[in-house]
Amino acid sequence: MDYFANDLTSLHDLLVKKEISVTELTKETLAAIKEREQKVAAFLSVDEQGALKQAAELDQKGIDADNILAGIPLGIKDNIVTKGLTTTAASKILENFNPIYDAAVIEKLKAAQTITIGKTNLDEFAMGGSTENSAFKTTKNAWDQTKVPGGSSGGSAAAVAAGEVVASLGSDTGGSIRQPASFNGIVGVKPTYGRVSRYGLIAFASSLDQIGPFTRNVKDNAQLLNAISGADPRDFTSSKHEVPDFAQGIAAGVKGMRIAVPKEYLGEGIAADVKKAIKDAISVFEKLGATVDEVSLPHSKYGVPVYYIIASSEASSNLQRFDGIRYGHRAQEVKNLEDVYVKSRSEGFGDEVKRRIMLGTFSLSAGTYDAFFKKAAQVRTLICQDFAQVFAKYDLILGPTTPTTAFGIGEDIKDPVTMYMNDILTIPVNLAGLPGMSLPAGYSKGLPIGLQLIANQFDEKTMYRAGYAFEQETDFHKQVPMIGGQN
Amino acid sequence: MAISEDKVAHVAGLAKLTFSKEELQKFTGQMDEIINMVQQLSDVDTTGVEVTTHVTDAVDTMREDKAVKGMDRELLMKNVPDHQDGFIKVPAIIDESEGA
Repeated sequence: MDYFANDLTSLHDLLVKKEISVTELTKETLAAIKEREQKVAAFLSVDEQGALKQAAELDQKGIDADNILAGIPLGIKDNIVTKGLTTTAASKILENFNPIYDAAVIEKLKAAQTITIGKTNLDEFAMGGSTENSAFKTTKNAWDQTKVPGGSSGGSAAAVAAGEVVASLGSDTGGSIRQPASFNGIVGVKPTYGRVSRYGLIAFASSLDQIGPFTRNVKDNAQLLNAISGADPRDFTSSKHEVPDFAQGIAAGVKGMRIAVPKEYLGEGIAADVKKAIKDAISVFEKLGATVDEVSLPHSKYGVPVYYIIASSEASSNLQRFDGIRYGHRAQEVKNLEDVYVKSRSEGFGDEVKRRIMLGTFSLSAGTYDAFFKKAAQVRTLICQDFAQVFAKYDLILGPTTPTTAFGIGEDIKDPVTMYMNDILTIPVNLAGLPGMSLPAGYSKGLPIGLQLIANQFDEKTMYRAGYAFEQETDFHKQVPMIGGQN
Repeated sequence: MAISEDKVAHVAGLAKLTFSKEELQKFTGQMDEIINMVQQLSDVDTTGVEVTTHVTDAVDTMREDKAVKGMDRELLMKNVPDHQDGFIKVPAIIDESEGA
């Protein structure tokens, strides 16, 4: 199946008209994965048997014409638990972990009759921005295999960008969906905090984590978000807010829409090619009838330090559960129980995870709590207030997703602080719990540039509407990487 | 130096992690850089600013006090590294070799 030439709507038509069976679609998807994995290495595991079994059952039942997702094979980030299907979070500590339940989003996708074709690579426990922190393999950018795919959801992004699947799920704590979407020239959405249940998402930073979809176009993305949204009694932070049909009214245009561009988002540290693409995007929105004004988010520059304290503090607490007792790696050659904890964790976690546990433990410990955790939580309030002031007057915020295009494999990994600064434009959105989207807005030296759209809480519809309008006016989303058999 | 090797070793103990001498040196250097980066927050005046620890719109709610079936016990043992007769097995809490 050529996923570059099809979207969810056209695939659904083919399935409904029986021009292709679910089994055929699944087999073709498996074949594409087999061929392209040699280049991108996006998957940690592929469930060939399970996928074909599910496909056969769906062929037996027939495809419901009203269910756009029926029979569609999807990639799932490997920090989302899947019953009976090994889930590792790309960590040695969970190398053989076989979940006994499905995440809420997987239950919803099963109800929507999608097929989980495999689990995608990530930075260990979703900590990182390049997928180089995976304990198992290095995923490559679909456009240039010497470049990182971004992260932490690098596998989910590369799989879609390389045409292995039409869509996938990732998770975003500080930019882990939007940044890899930007680096791979596809559409990635982090929904409003609480929009999607986190039940069954292996927790990194619970006040920031959110699951969201990767697709090759905006409408597909809205349709996939429709399927996974909604309140869940097992995640008390999931919102009871009404879930609208995100795809309905998506073509209404942006005439009269008030768009704000934070001057900090086009300032120092943003590469010239990225700035130019975003300025061109601004012209497109103006041409389409939106008004665009410059605003300021004065505290956004503190987003990175605030994030690293808060996310690491929450991670140090969440990751206490990996102690070698109930699941995961248990160290051998131990003398006592304390040894089990210390050795299992020290052997099982990779360096970046250890750094964050250490920073978090330090930030929360007596003597440093006020200067670190409390201070960060206060500055987080100021960052939220900056956004609230802008959204009092504007419908949408626009800027780049990342300061640069994808960097080289091995380039930043040795210097944690440089790596952290890559997230400067995406992190504030998580801190304030807002929805954010990245979509393709240009290319520089053969690498995609991402446009970031940020809406007010629970106003994903405005974001989708703007993204769709931009996409209809441009052809960046139609460009495909030179990968697989088509070139 | 914002942080010493001794402090890093102390924090590692709190976090139930252990490092070799070389690792400790590397982590101390990296922790130092990260702490220097985050210390720019001291530039921000936060007098009287409330903390934000979550951004959910949820309010405390009580679920109905109704018994529901829990996870199957056999199934729960599926990923346990060592178990017997429905119990998780762990080594002695106190090191037996140290003697009483």
